[in-house]
Amino acid sequence: MTSDALPEHDPRFDSVDAVRDRLRSVDYLSDEGIAGIVYLADRLGKPILVEGPAGTGKTQLAKSVAEITGARLIRLQCYEGLDESKALYEWNYKKQLLRIQASRNEADSASWDDIEDDIFSDEFLLTRPLLEAIRAEDPVVLLIDEVDRVEVETEALLLEILSDYQVSIPELGTITARQIPLVFLTSNNTRELSEALKRRCLYLHVDYPDMEREKEIVLTKVPGVSETLADEIARIVRSIRQLELKKSPSVSETIDWARTLVLLGVDHVDTETAVATTNILLKYQSDIAKATKELTAEPAGVKRPGAPGAPAR
Amino acid sequence: MSDTVIDPVADDDGGDPVAGDALVDLLNGFIVELREAGLPVSLTEHLDAMEAVRFIPLDDRSAFKYALAATLVKNHAHWRAFETVFEVYFSLRGAEYAIDPDAELAELPEDVESGDARDGAGQAPANAGSGEALTPEELAQMLYQALLQGDDAMMRAMARQAVRRYAGMEPGRPVGGTYYLYRTMRNLDLDGMLEQMMQQSREDAPEPLTPLEERLEHDEYENRINQFKQEVEAEIRRRLVADRGVEAMAKTLRKPLPEDIDFMHASRKEMISLRKALQPLTRRLAVRLARKRRHGRKGPLDFRNTVRHSLSYGGVPAEPKFRYPRPAKPEIFVIADISGSVAAFARFTLHLVHAIASQFSRVRSFVFIDGIDEVTRFFEGTEDIVEAVHRVNTEADVVWVDGHSDYGHAFEVFWQKWGTEVGPKTTVIILGDARNNYHASQSWVIKEIRHRARHVYWLNPEPRAYWDTGDSIVGEYGVHCDGTFECRNLRQLEGFVDHLV
Repeated sequence: MTSDALPEHDPRFDSVDAVRDRLRSVDYLSDEGIAGIVYLADRLGKPILVEGPAGTGKTQLAKSVAEITGARLIRLQCYEGLDESKALYEWNYKKQLLRIQASRNEADSASWDDIEDDIFSDEFLLTRPLLEAIRAEDPVVLLIDEVDRVEVETEALLLEILSDYQVSIPELGTITARQIPLVFLTSNNTRELSEALKRRCLYLHVDYPDMEREKEIVLTKVPGVSETLADEIARIVRSIRQLELKKSPSVSETIDWARTLVLLGVDHVDTETAVATTNILLKYQSDIAKATKELTAEPAGVKRPGAPGAPAR
Repeated sequence: MSDTVIDPVADDDGGDPVAGDALVDLLNGFIVELREAGLPVSLTEHLDAMEAVRFIPLDDRSAFKYALAATLVKNHAHWRAFETVFEVYFSLRGAEYAIDPDAELAELPEDVESGDARDGAGQAPANAGSGEALTPEELAQMLYQALLQGDDAMMRAMARQAVRRYAGMEPGRPVGGTYYLYRTMRNLDLDGMLEQMMQQSREDAPEPLTPLEERLEHDEYENRINQFKQEVEAEIRRRLVADRGVEAMAKTLRKPLPEDIDFMHASRKEMISLRKALQPLTRRLAVRLARKRRHGRKGPLDFRNTVRHSLSYGGVPAEPKFRYPRPAKPEIFVIADISGSVAAFARFTLHLVHAIASQFSRVRSFVFIDGIDEVTRFFEGTEDIVEAVHRVNTEADVVWVDGHSDYGHAFEVFWQKWGTEVGPKTTVIILGDARNNYHASQSWVIKEIRHRARHVYWLNPEPRAYWDTGDSIVGEYGVHCDGTFECRNLRQLEGFVDHLV
């Protein structure tokens, strides 16, 4: 276990419930799993790997945690082709070059060794998000967003940081974190992450919320929505998610839909309104057609084919 | 009750609940079982789990569960397997789950124990009988009320009652939980209740329900009934564990992970989880393949480009330039047997191949039983592959004589009709178990196809040990193929598709 070597830190949260309440105070409604794992991550000093469908608030979780702990959020957006110089650190070549030229003009007092020591010092180092998070004096939350977008080889860059909270720079030596930042990695699961990465993280799967929670989310996030409208919205969205769709409506889409309905001055969703506005919830023509068909169909004794919720005899 | 929630040894009454060693042993057993179920749990993760539970108040069962899940399960597809093992291992621990009937009665919510059966809303008349005293009708009525109001505690109590009364569980009898589940459900007319509840809400509504409202109500009740069924299942499992012990139960309940489910023997439930697993798989595969294509920078040296770039280094070719590789996209012909025994396999493969069709220059599909039909048209112009596969199974014209597999005839017809369209860019994939019902094999067709095509592969959903037994003649065809692959589950299928591109 590497945790012995890590710097001591005061726990940020007292209990699971404290996490949940504080998240609620910044309008992030967590469930038991989310709050519990954030609490554990703090206690164990481990990063959290957050996976789940798009639009379920993975990134928002990191932002909210940063907000409640009063920490600075450092974000590394991953993309294909991300490399060391964009993620970790880079030497400021231009400045180094200037330094060398400047010393040439001076009397030949400075020996080569001096210059070498000089140009590979902190002054010439450009910190990138990962190194910045490690060197930060103030509390930080590090968010490594969409980590599944980098290639498998690049993932290895993260390993040292995630397990030991340190960065090795050949010219400078190893830089160890002064405090353990809370680290969130998010993934949309477009590819399987490497075992090595997963092993170092706590795993959190954020799924679509259940109806009650979704209703609460709508109530907190959408000003001016009535309780009954929120309830109807949550129920319709749940029904739509039960269909076999290319892309189920995400939480953010639910919120968009709720906002639209409020703007339209709707206080009760009837079939026409629902059908007319499904294009906010669903983004594929085939999905919209399917949902429209399902929402308008006479449901008397229906057994929808393929719906997992259908009771078996 | 709090201090016994994860009392490490169930039958050790009392004792120190957090006795370190016992907890360690229990977790060890738990993790061994997870590994048996196929989850890759490493030593580090094991240690992490130990560490994690130290910070969790042990009386919080769900927090305990999430702590274990976060450290041990790193793939959402494995969640279900984890949950089953967890339920088995930790189901007996906790007073609210006590099996002892007396304790149970004490635990029944007040309004259940004393509630009037005809009015489950919670008034407490004198009829304070135990659950045993209820007639079946009263029980059904109470369940109906519980479902109608979505009362969780009541539903749990009802589930317990129903199992006790109807499942007829016999100690030591080696049957699986499904048998008891069936017996319990048979006595509770849940479909009827659903209807009744729908009727009720229609009456309660001030004006007639619109189809949308009706549908929403329907979904809501359906959801509650499912929840109730899960309670019943959990109750049966608890009782089985109490009867037979943790290890034995864990073994009986062990189910393959979605990617390991055998296509040919999947139950209806497993089919659903397979279908769910297929979607992310295709997405993953498509991304991976596209990436591979873009990043395979192993093209030959581009001499002209290198020289041109050498000018900026004073004529020294310091920066070698390579040609951008343009691997040819293969054209795919899928020929699938869709007779009963292998239909599921064919369906999955067709789905998968069409879902990643953009990775190929063209995909054409043919299905056969004893006649053969081209089904590419079903996939063209539709985004909904599920629908297309469904149409393949219902509309394709594949029966020639009797609807028993006849590979020989199907291949012959294929050769006559489409043989000339097989070209040097074509990869032909044949799906089937090659159980030919003792018809003529006509394996010369495969030989001819191979002469014309780039590759011919045969995917067989049967275990390799069964090949060439009985009427299986895969060997006869196999000699003419570039490769025969055993393809029994999603994992193997994924491996093959990866290999293909």
